[in-house]
Amino acid sequence: MKELVIISGKGGTGKTSITASFAWLAAKESVVADCDVDAADMHLLLAPDFANAETFYSGLTAEIDMDKCIRCNKCVKVCAFDAIKRVNGDFVVDELDCEGCGYCERICPTQAVNMLDALSGHTYISTSRLGNTMVHAELAIAAENSGKLVTQVKNLAKNQAQEQQKNYLIVDGSPGIGCPVTASVTGADYVVVVTEPSLSGLHDLKRAWDLISHFTLPAGVIINKADLNPEITEQIKTFAEEKSMRLLAELPYNENFVRAMTQAQTIMEYDRELKTKINGAWNQLQEHLEKAT
Amino acid sequence: MTIAIASGKGGTGKTTLSVNLAKLVSATYPEAETVLTDLDVEEPNSGLFLNSEVVDEQRVTRKIPEWIEEKCTYCNICRDVCQFNAIAVLPNQVLVFPELCHSCNACVGLCPENALRMTDHHIGRLKHMTSEKLNFVEGELKIGEQQAVPMIAQTMDYSREKFPESALHVYDAPPGTSCPVIESVKDADYVILVSEPTPFGLHDLKLSVKTMRKIGKRFGVVINRDGIGNNDTVEYCREEGVDIIGRIPNMTEIARKYSRGELISSIPEVREQLFHILENISQITGQSVLPGQKEEE
Repeated sequence: MKELVIISGKGGTGKTSITASFAWLAAKESVVADCDVDAADMHLLLAPDFANAETFYSGLTAEIDMDKCIRCNKCVKVCAFDAIKRVNGDFVVDELDCEGCGYCERICPTQAVNMLDALSGHTYISTSRLGNTMVHAELAIAAENSGKLVTQVKNLAKNQAQEQQKNYLIVDGSPGIGCPVTASVTGADYVVVVTEPSLSGLHDLKRAWDLISHFTLPAGVIINKADLNPEITEQIKTFAEEKSMRLLAELPYNENFVRAMTQAQTIMEYDRELKTKINGAWNQLQEHLEKAT
Repeated sequence: MTIAIASGKGGTGKTTLSVNLAKLVSATYPEAETVLTDLDVEEPNSGLFLNSEVVDEQRVTRKIPEWIEEKCTYCNICRDVCQFNAIAVLPNQVLVFPELCHSCNACVGLCPENALRMTDHHIGRLKHMTSEKLNFVEGELKIGEQQAVPMIAQTMDYSREKFPESALHVYDAPPGTSCPVIESVKDADYVILVSEPTPFGLHDLKLSVKTMRKIGKRFGVVINRDGIGNNDTVEYCREEGVDIIGRIPNMTEIARKYSRGELISSIPEVREQLFHILENISQITGQSVLPGQKEEE
């Protein structure tokens, strides 16, 4: 089983639409994972059935029992996150600020602090409308995305791919360079960066490359909206070549990306020209992944 | 007044709106102090749209524990109190994993031998720049660092300490709905959620709306690329009683200018919407967004 992770650094480059297209192409031989748990959108294209829901907890949150509290203020003093506030003489933990370190629990002389499991979200092992297994999650509102939920989605998907003896695990990665994306790319066999020819796109591609090289992973690039700025498209190509990132496809600016989305379809089902190009990218990816065995 | 500009989905025009709004205000009201702070520390892009000069640059650090070998008795307390598995105790060594450490200080505070002390760990850098009348503060997280929140918090602190309360602060927040966004909008008087009228945009907007309601922030929506997709976003806002405070039209000219890192406030349709957004915020909050006199050039 080979693990393919699609990331973008910058948002709005078409990462999820392209990932869903790969999932469509490899429907019979893949399991799909949506690791962009902060803004999980792939279910809008692949219509999974939200089966096998599991509640996922990650980390802890402090709670203070005011019946036991002697108002000694020690917890307030040690909290590095200013998460314990005094409200009308009571001590109240602000769950948004609490990092769950448990220092307050340990320092409290009357055991008035309890550490409770913090809700992170829900995971699902679904069947998509394409017939393959799709693992996805919903992050709880205002919950912490520490990367643990991302790791959980990936592990569940990996198990599924192995159990079902599938050739590919296709992962929609998270944006940025912090913990969620690090959790997404850990263990990947190949990383695809979807970018666009804008100064922001190029800037974020470079940062994505720094992250990828930090993990020494083989990588390729898809340039979406390539005709929007031919000059920067050339700069992206030069950069990709310097860093030995394979250019997998150049896609034209095409509002069918949005039209397909409004019809809840993948690009593959909607636009012939884009379909041919994405197919070409997939063939190159397959070739590379097989060689790597 | 502090306005934070956020969006659930990335790439919806959050940075575009932040930069153009801040720049337009600073040019139109040179008397008033306007500060743009880029809090999207994982991908700080606001600066790509500004010709600016660096006034100040600082290394940003956070505290992590350092082991003092001579004092250590290998009692394991530090390892046991660490909720983040950031400490490993080996037979003759204590290891600290900086990227896992949350700087909570529990290991240092609870070590019976004082064999750990807090030391600085480099997480990124921040810059104060000026672009004509606009003050611009940018935080950038170092590659390999995983926690954005401490970087965001320090960038915000810098901005707030350096500039007076009376200034107009515009925050370019990170995308998403989790901890980095919540940290970034914490101090804001008003949050603008930028969305695209597409199914992805709407789905992520709904999450942002729930988040803002949960943390009790006043907010409104700006629809970017108005005209693409469908009408569901507008209907959702109407049903939920969410204010739509502006609409930036879908224009190829905007996309091209954006790709070159140019400002779009010179486009009349955009300019008109930017002023419209500011007026709406003044009206909704009952506070004037724009201190000082308007001086048309």
